[in-house]
Amino acid sequence: MGLQFYVQNALGGLAYGSLLFLIASGLTLIFGLMRIINLAQTAFYLLGAYVGLTLVAHGTNFWLASVAAGVVTMALGLAVYSAFLHRYHADPLTSLLLTLGFALIVDDGILAFWGGDPRSIAPPPILAGSIHAGTLVFPEYWLAVIVISFAVAAILFFALQRTMLGVMIRASVDDEEMARGLGVDVNRAFYVVFAAGAFIAGLGGLLGGPITSAYPGLDGELTPLAFAVVIVGGMGSLSGALVGSLLIGLVNAFGKALFPELSYFTIFVPVALIMAFRPQGLFGRKL
Amino acid sequence: MTLRRAQDDGAQRRRWVVAAAGGFVVALLLPRLGVPTFYVSLLTQTWIFAIVAMSLDLLVGFTGLVNFSQAALFGVGAYAVAIAATRFHLTAFAPVMALGIVSAMLTAAIFGLVALRSEGVGFIIITIALNEIVWGLAYQWVSVSGGDNGITGIVRPHVGPFDVSANTGYYYVCLAFFAISLLLLLLIVRSPFGLVLKGVRETPRRMRALGYNVWLYRYLALTISGGFAGVAGVLFAWYNQFVGPVALSLDQSTQILIMVILGGIGTLYGQVFGVLVVVFLSNELSAVTQRWEMVLGVVYFAVVMYAPGGLVKLVPQLWRRLLGRRPALATEEP
Repeated sequence: MGLQFYVQNALGGLAYGSLLFLIASGLTLIFGLMRIINLAQTAFYLLGAYVGLTLVAHGTNFWLASVAAGVVTMALGLAVYSAFLHRYHADPLTSLLLTLGFALIVDDGILAFWGGDPRSIAPPPILAGSIHAGTLVFPEYWLAVIVISFAVAAILFFALQRTMLGVMIRASVDDEEMARGLGVDVNRAFYVVFAAGAFIAGLGGLLGGPITSAYPGLDGELTPLAFAVVIVGGMGSLSGALVGSLLIGLVNAFGKALFPELSYFTIFVPVALIMAFRPQGLFGRKL
Repeated sequence: MTLRRAQDDGAQRRRWVVAAAGGFVVALLLPRLGVPTFYVSLLTQTWIFAIVAMSLDLLVGFTGLVNFSQAALFGVGAYAVAIAATRFHLTAFAPVMALGIVSAMLTAAIFGLVALRSEGVGFIIITIALNEIVWGLAYQWVSVSGGDNGITGIVRPHVGPFDVSANTGYYYVCLAFFAISLLLLLLIVRSPFGLVLKGVRETPRRMRALGYNVWLYRYLALTISGGFAGVAGVLFAWYNQFVGPVALSLDQSTQILIMVILGGIGTLYGQVFGVLVVVFLSNELSAVTQRWEMVLGVVYFAVVMYAPGGLVKLVPQLWRRLLGRRPALATEEP
């Protein structure tokens, strides 16, 4: 286990972690604003992958297809939010069970429509090669995923910190009642955040496809990772989601390499440490 | 006034005892009344899941802790049976039951150390993660848990002199454990300890101010609940004669919670009805359609939106509406 082992796994972990960010950012923002624990977030990811791979199979450009997949999951997310979820902001248990029920429906729908066979997804041809540095081999596409996720993170940070909408969202997080009193359209903030979360997860589905591939049950395997991210980073914090994603991505990669049978258990270590010393997470506020 | 209320209470209690005794007699006689074995087996499942649902109700309904890792505790009990039987050839009834209970309680005690660092929504999120991690262990640690294939070859043991390997015999074992668990849990929630738990559920801050160690009470409740979940897990492993990772998935945890909500949070006995509906529904549905998971998802929606108080409240309400009477509250208000 020389240097190569560490570099290889570190890069792989960063790529996987930046994918996790695409799921966890929505999870944390939706929770921070609406106190809804959206367990359908990984189902959106999986649905995005399937919609995307179908579009690609019909000749759509890879990037266009991933955006289209994001739009589909966003529309679905908005429909569920406006029909059911928006009534249950103050009630985390009810909204959680609704999103779980919705995830079941999406899962089973995917199984009915696309069947149970795993689908591998090819990266776009331009990025299909690998970078060779000495004995190190690193797929170009992984690098692209890292870049894209950081770009998404940058856009989210910019939108939250530098735009009027972002100001309104942050005001609603801090003090919803006061924000309403000052004339902020809090409901619009809710819709925008829920839509953004569903969109990014669906977009991530096809983007992550070449790394995770797509199969029924993938969403269940991603859920523990996404939750570990949110717990480590702090519930409701976007910077926390970014740092947490990369951390969990790295722990997961090294865990898989060193203890292949116990990789979910290795994620438990940072989660337990955080809970012991900083229950609100690295960047979180006390709940 | 107080006298009348006392008399009412006495009458009500007598009615409950009669109803419970009647229900128990019916449950005892059912397998002898020519009920098809398929339904006897579904009822056996009902008793098993009623135990784990009641164990969760102790947390949700009486302590105010919404635990999403109940399936992990249940599953640890089940895997304890499977691993003891297939690796250590330990199959005797009492030691295996004890092993299952102790391992589930230990797991709950470890969970408590981590999850009880926060409360409310934080507790929910952390228990989801904990459940998923235990599921991940069962799913990936192939050399111990058999991975996705699970562990087969579990044999139902003799209980004392009785051979319970047949379905009817095993039905009585599960019924007995259900009755004992219900009685024990009723004793617990009515004891001074149980009253403190209710206080912790209602106003943790006030209980702290009164000098109660809120953390410790929650911790004890979680550990006790783990023990009952372990009992159910052991019974489940013997019932199915197979254990796989589905038994401790997050979906399983959610289903147990749905059973509790559907039965009526904080009622204990109500869980029987919630479990009965879910067990029969999922079995009948999977016989009729391949898309029963989808239907189950719709059931989640229906339960949390239209029956948040559970069947125990919903059925009398519907009954009153059917008889054309208004709910008592609306008419008696001045």
